[in-house]
Amino acid sequence: MSISAAVASESGGLGRVASGELDTTHGAVLYLEDISVSFDGFKALNRLSLSIDVGELRCVIGPNGAGKTTMMDVITGKTRPDEGSAFFGQTIDLAKLTEAEIAHAGIGRKFQKPTIFENHSAFENLELAMKADKRVRTTLFARLSGADRDRIAEMLRTIRLADAADRTAGLLSHGQKQWLEIGMLLMQEPRLLLLDEPVAGMSDEETERTAELFLSLAGRHSLVVVEHDMAFIAKIARKVTVLHEGSVLAEGPMAQVQADPRVIEVYLGR
Amino acid sequence: MAWRWERAAIAALLVCVAAPAAAIDKDAVAKLGFGDSDEKIAAMGALVKEGDPRAIEVLKALADGNLQTAGERVFIQRDDDVLDAVTGEKVESPPEDRDDVVANNRIRAAVGDALAGLRILSPERAKRLAAAKELTGGADPAMLPLLQRALAAEKDPEIRSLLEVATAAMELKTGDKAQRLAAIRRLGASTSPASRTMLAAAANAPDADPEVRAEATKSLAAVEGRLAWGERLGLAFAGVSLGSILLLAALGLAITYGLMGVINMAHGELIMIGAYTTYVVQNLFRAWAPGAFDWYVLAAVPASFAVSAAVGMLLERLVIRWLYGRPLETLLATWGISLVLIQTVRTIFGAQNVQVENPAFMSGGVQALSNLVLPWNRIVIIFFAAAVLVAMGLLLSRTRLGLFVRGVTQNRAMASCVGVPTARVDTYAFGLGSGIAGLAGCALSQLGNVGPDLGQGYIVDSFMVVVFGGVGQLAGTVYAALTLGFANKLLEDWSGAVIAKIAVLVFIIIFIQRRPQGMFALKGRAVEA
Amino acid sequence: MRRLYGPAGWSAIGAAVLVMAILPHFLSSYWVTLIGKIMCYAIVAVALDLIWGYCGILSLGHGLFFALGGYAMGMYLMRQIGREGQYQSDLPDFMVFLDWKSFPWQWWNSDHFGWCALLVVVVPGLLAFAFGYLAFRSRVKGVYFSIITQALTFAAMLLFFRNATGFGGNNGFTDFKRILGFTVTSPETRAALFMVTGATLLGTLLLARWIVTSKLGRVLTAIRDAESRASFCGYNTVHYKVAVFTLSAVICGIAGALYVPQVGIINPSEMSPANSIEIAIWVAVGGRGTLIGPILGAGVVNGAKSFFTQAFPEYWLYFLGAIFILATLFLPQGIAGLAQKLGRGRA
Repeated sequence: MSISAAVASESGGLGRVASGELDTTHGAVLYLEDISVSFDGFKALNRLSLSIDVGELRCVIGPNGAGKTTMMDVITGKTRPDEGSAFFGQTIDLAKLTEAEIAHAGIGRKFQKPTIFENHSAFENLELAMKADKRVRTTLFARLSGADRDRIAEMLRTIRLADAADRTAGLLSHGQKQWLEIGMLLMQEPRLLLLDEPVAGMSDEETERTAELFLSLAGRHSLVVVEHDMAFIAKIARKVTVLHEGSVLAEGPMAQVQADPRVIEVYLGR
Repeated sequence: MAWRWERAAIAALLVCVAAPAAAIDKDAVAKLGFGDSDEKIAAMGALVKEGDPRAIEVLKALADGNLQTAGERVFIQRDDDVLDAVTGEKVESPPEDRDDVVANNRIRAAVGDALAGLRILSPERAKRLAAAKELTGGADPAMLPLLQRALAAEKDPEIRSLLEVATAAMELKTGDKAQRLAAIRRLGASTSPASRTMLAAAANAPDADPEVRAEATKSLAAVEGRLAWGERLGLAFAGVSLGSILLLAALGLAITYGLMGVINMAHGELIMIGAYTTYVVQNLFRAWAPGAFDWYVLAAVPASFAVSAAVGMLLERLVIRWLYGRPLETLLATWGISLVLIQTVRTIFGAQNVQVENPAFMSGGVQALSNLVLPWNRIVIIFFAAAVLVAMGLLLSRTRLGLFVRGVTQNRAMASCVGVPTARVDTYAFGLGSGIAGLAGCALSQLGNVGPDLGQGYIVDSFMVVVFGGVGQLAGTVYAALTLGFANKLLEDWSGAVIAKIAVLVFIIIFIQRRPQGMFALKGRAVEA
Repeated sequence: MRRLYGPAGWSAIGAAVLVMAILPHFLSSYWVTLIGKIMCYAIVAVALDLIWGYCGILSLGHGLFFALGGYAMGMYLMRQIGREGQYQSDLPDFMVFLDWKSFPWQWWNSDHFGWCALLVVVVPGLLAFAFGYLAFRSRVKGVYFSIITQALTFAAMLLFFRNATGFGGNNGFTDFKRILGFTVTSPETRAALFMVTGATLLGTLLLARWIVTSKLGRVLTAIRDAESRASFCGYNTVHYKVAVFTLSAVICGIAGALYVPQVGIINPSEMSPANSIEIAIWVAVGGRGTLIGPILGAGVVNGAKSFFTQAFPEYWLYFLGAIFILATLFLPQGIAGLAQKLGRGRA
């Protein structure tokens, strides 16, 4: 175990955890073990166990009510598990950190509905999201360095918004807004991205381009994508996890999962 | 006490009151008319000694400036009639030029004592009661024997207790030690606030006998214990009364805010309009049905509801519905409306307060304890508020409109999807909330002044109740109104009205920061607009 | 160095400065005082625009900070009356009237201008900091926040109405004689105060402009538009809101301090809830989120108020009420927004 990771575990998650302390020496970036969550008697997650490797692009599917969103809530700290453990890397115990600390540690989440800053330009949206010292005083006197501008320009290219840089974000198309939000997420240099129905409402062409984007991101980042669009999943998935009634029903490559009789019975029914 | 010796002189003479004679002493009356101040006072003593109740009329006339002389005769001017002072009979053709008999303050004070002394033995209970109250307030100790005689003859318990206090007070001042101790013990058994004052003075008197002081302290504790109950109950009543008023004022706001997220700054003015409607109804009754005047309240209740509801619905249709979803703008726009409404009322009715009288069955109060009077108007309003609350509750839970209102409050989009006519529900709900405000105004008109600024005094309080109680459930409003009513009165008792108000406001500011959704919020309802 | 204004903007500012500099020589005392007073209001309007137009915080209690600054300056001015009051005592008249023998604690050192100037800044600032921190930390927003700011100013007004509080009760402070050695009512002093107010207004405008064109300004508008998103991006929104709220309050305090020597009186009705709501309408009429708009709004509404209360006093409230209603219904962008739209239409 590295020294910084030891410090992190000693402090019990009370202090700020910088993303440099993420320990992935064992190859897994996210461990969920026997997570259980209930709301008012209804068991949303039932002994869920899952692990994501570094650089992996994992798809999570399942019928409504299967617990996909609750699982994401547990990972990002919005909901605390009643039982079980959730670790980011070897050492960062997610159950002990606040939402802001988890975001700071390197987990980024994109919600289903695009929330960007509608009155700012695409460029400004990325500028605001950019990883930087975000205290009040520093922000007041902040100047964009040349390097910063380059990074933003690079990101605009990645998310295919280079020629819409100065357009007010509220005027972008739905798909473009989704990409902008992904861009904003990436500006924070997260190690793990959680994407909740990223292609909902997109056209076929936009869906295609989003798939290309995700494939290019995998490796440098780890991604967990929750989706219903099977064609999209087929394009990007290496490994698929099927959730049902709060726990993992099946896991494996797309073809294997699609052929699994339990999955067919519960969900796919094609 | 001013003019001590004159009053002592009268008192001495009062002691020798004899049975009433056939006619009042002519000489005494003449002295009253023509003598100087000393002679007047001596004459008063003589009249009192006679004990004739007709002397009361003469003495009163003297004090009021209605005693007149012409030639050698003395007259009393009563309204348009002129009476002979001695016989008390009306004079058919009185002399034209009559001189007024002047009475200065000294004379008037002496007259006061003389009258009390005469009245304490009057056959009429009301007069004896009035006289007893006056004497309890402080009279010359020389009157003591007279009072003791009156006490011996008195059968009415209320008057007896007053006389006991009066005599005890005098004995405290003048009696020997044994008499003083006895007086203190008697006072200790009383329940009158006046005795408390006297016992407190006796207990703290620096130069008194230690045994007397000890006894006084004991009696004081006994009296205070008894009085404390009255005070506690009085406080509780005041708290419930204020709570009922706050409830009426805030209920309408809770509905409009709960339903539409509209903070209606003109809510106070809808209350004010209800109060003015009551005023108008009162005037109509006075002009067209004076015999049934007392029943004007029964007509005023639906009238104020209707008028305020109409104004509210008009506002909703004309202004507020265009600002749906923009609560801050709604706040500002409704503030503008409130200014217009205030000025309109000022233009129509004038800037001064207008008079709204309580009907007879709401005037006065019930004497629950010796130091506790519960006013009828407040009692009626507490029941009224409860009735309105019950009616609201039934309307919301049993009627179709109520169902729609609840549905739209909880989930507007869904309600619209299932066919609830949300726009019309908005209008009706706003009308309902405004109507209740009108009822609050009707109630307020019975309690205090009615002026164009009436609403301004209640707007902040109404908001505090809504914010504190949480939105979406009537229970929250009820608890909040009662809690704030009590808190306000308790603090007021402790530290004065202004500090109480400030403390309550600060408390709510802090409470909201700890629990932004209020006491009872519908689950999941956020505080942000 | 980024541009605060383009050439057109700077020329307009330059012209305004020129006009303001020579105006006092041509106008009577009445007009100098009136315009000076309106400029103080304009400063407050800019301060409110900073938090409302740019950060979405509608404070309906800003009149309180204005009044607190005014009272701090008022204390100094009362001390400067010296023994020339009605009772010829070192204590102000109202204290003698209440039979007090010495100054209450808050009057300590109030005969020093420097100390009172410090109070002008520190008292509103501290109050805003504490209140804002508590409120924003608890996520109190929107109308609820506006309501509790009303409650705050109402409570303060009640407090200041009490004689025991030591600020002159419902009469407040008045009958000032001197400021920094100069006679308060002389034309030269009035002109000087006028200039200082004008300079402060300009300074406030430029400071606000500098802030809103910086990255901080963009963060503020981000917080206004989507607070949870901004928080998600890693900005501690509570810190930002508290910072801008405190700054806004301090500016109001300074405006209040300039206001009091010009109008010659300060009393608790400056803290009335109605006053603070009027400030919001200046900003709304002028145009939220434009900085210049609120200055216009303050000018237009207060100018109209002056006119009406003299010519048609019974109609003033109708007019004001109508402005509120019409501005919110038909002019959501205010006058400045309207001007922009017309300008764009023509171009």
